[in-house]
Amino acid sequence: MLNEIRQILVRVGNLATPAESLAEEADLYDAGLTSFASVQLMLALEEVFDIEFPEHMLTRRTFASIGAIARSIGELTPHEA
Amino acid sequence: MAAVEQLTPESTVQRMRRVAEIAARHAGEVDRDARFPRETVNALKQNRLLGLAVPAKLGGEDTGIAEIADLCGMLGQACASSAMVFAMHQIKLQSLVSHGLTAEWHRNFAREVAARQLLLASSTTEAGIGGDLRNSICAVEVDGERFALVKDAPVISYGSEADAILATARRAPDAPSGDQVLVVLRAGQDFTLEQTNGWDTLGMRGTCSQGFKLSAQGHVDQIIPKPFSEIAAQSMLATSHIFWSSLWFGIAADAMARAQAFVRAAAKRQPGNLPPGALRLAEATAKLNDMKSTVKTGISRYETARKSENELSSIGFAVAMNNLKVSASTMAAEIIQLALLITGISGYKNDTPYSVGRHLRDALSAMVMISNDRILANTSNLLLVSRFDTSLLG
Repeated sequence: MLNEIRQILVRVGNLATPAESLAEEADLYDAGLTSFASVQLMLALEEVFDIEFPEHMLTRRTFASIGAIARSIGELTPHEA
Repeated sequence: MAAVEQLTPESTVQRMRRVAEIAARHAGEVDRDARFPRETVNALKQNRLLGLAVPAKLGGEDTGIAEIADLCGMLGQACASSAMVFAMHQIKLQSLVSHGLTAEWHRNFAREVAARQLLLASSTTEAGIGGDLRNSICAVEVDGERFALVKDAPVISYGSEADAILATARRAPDAPSGDQVLVVLRAGQDFTLEQTNGWDTLGMRGTCSQGFKLSAQGHVDQIIPKPFSEIAAQSMLATSHIFWSSLWFGIAADAMARAQAFVRAAAKRQPGNLPPGALRLAEATAKLNDMKSTVKTGISRYETARKSENELSSIGFAVAMNNLKVSASTMAAEIIQLALLITGISGYKNDTPYSVGRHLRDALSAMVMISNDRILANTSNLLLVSRFDTSLLG
């Protein structure tokens, strides 16, 4: 899952730091994730993992790092987590 | 009796009423000459209204958002430029007290703001970033315990009148444009300003939002530890939209008061007849009430969200604050135009008790002060994932 998230970040994240070299818990906003790109990231995650983020998960913290994203997706797909 | 009264501290509203009287007296001249409303600011200092948001244990009054918003509205009824200076100061103070009090230097500075009633200004926009305050070109350059910063700021409202400027910059020369910090710079010791352009505008002429080249240096402790991205998302954008909307409400409310006075005077001249403007007055009053509800809803949304950092950084909250700004700015101009329609030539002229020209010019700043189109573009992006809240309870 982490690799898939990384690939999505490469595609839509538009980061200043390359997503390939980011640590699992590195702050994506510090790496240059903008408000616009974070929405594109959410849409791509919903598409690839076939999920829908509920309103209460649409916060900065949910998408703060690759690890945080993986944990959020895990919460939405419990049997795969 | 008199002794008892002296023991009761004056409310903020009583103190602001005094300031507003002074502001109203000079509002015409401030507007005409595009000069800083120094009488208002001196009165704000004398009435100790600049340190309200500082915690009581640091010498402030722990005043909440709703009460400060109301004070912005009161001053907005008297002089919009004065109210905007007051609001911008309060926005910076919210950034400081909400995010800066973990560090000793900033606690001492907050104490000084309350004790000496320091006026805070803001330097966020920068030449070359296209108006997006979440990006900086300039960077803080740290050398040991000192830092240096040079910023080409197309606008620093009342920059040359402020006692301190809170400025954004990239964290370091090699940091990405969005990795910003907020630094506190004190007038007279930390920075110099070189004016680069003027402020001859349609309205809000007294904010003196000239352009400056800001050259600063200071101790690294003056840099607020919390990233500016979080300060912006969790307090600055929200308090900006709330305090601005409140003062725009004040401008609209005063224009409506003039329209009502005009209709009442007409009714007294012709007893038994409903004056022609009366129907429009009813329509405009409903709109003013809508605007008040919009602003109050925004305030209570922020007060609820403040209890949780997660809620403050949620997309739903960002959408709500964006909507507040776009709605309030649009409504203010609409209401004042109705006031103009009601007051007619008397309202259009600049020298009658019913003049609303200054109100209209001041309120038109609202839609370009962070352009409504920019905000709508931001909201439309957020709405690709966020859903509309259909509950009437939340």
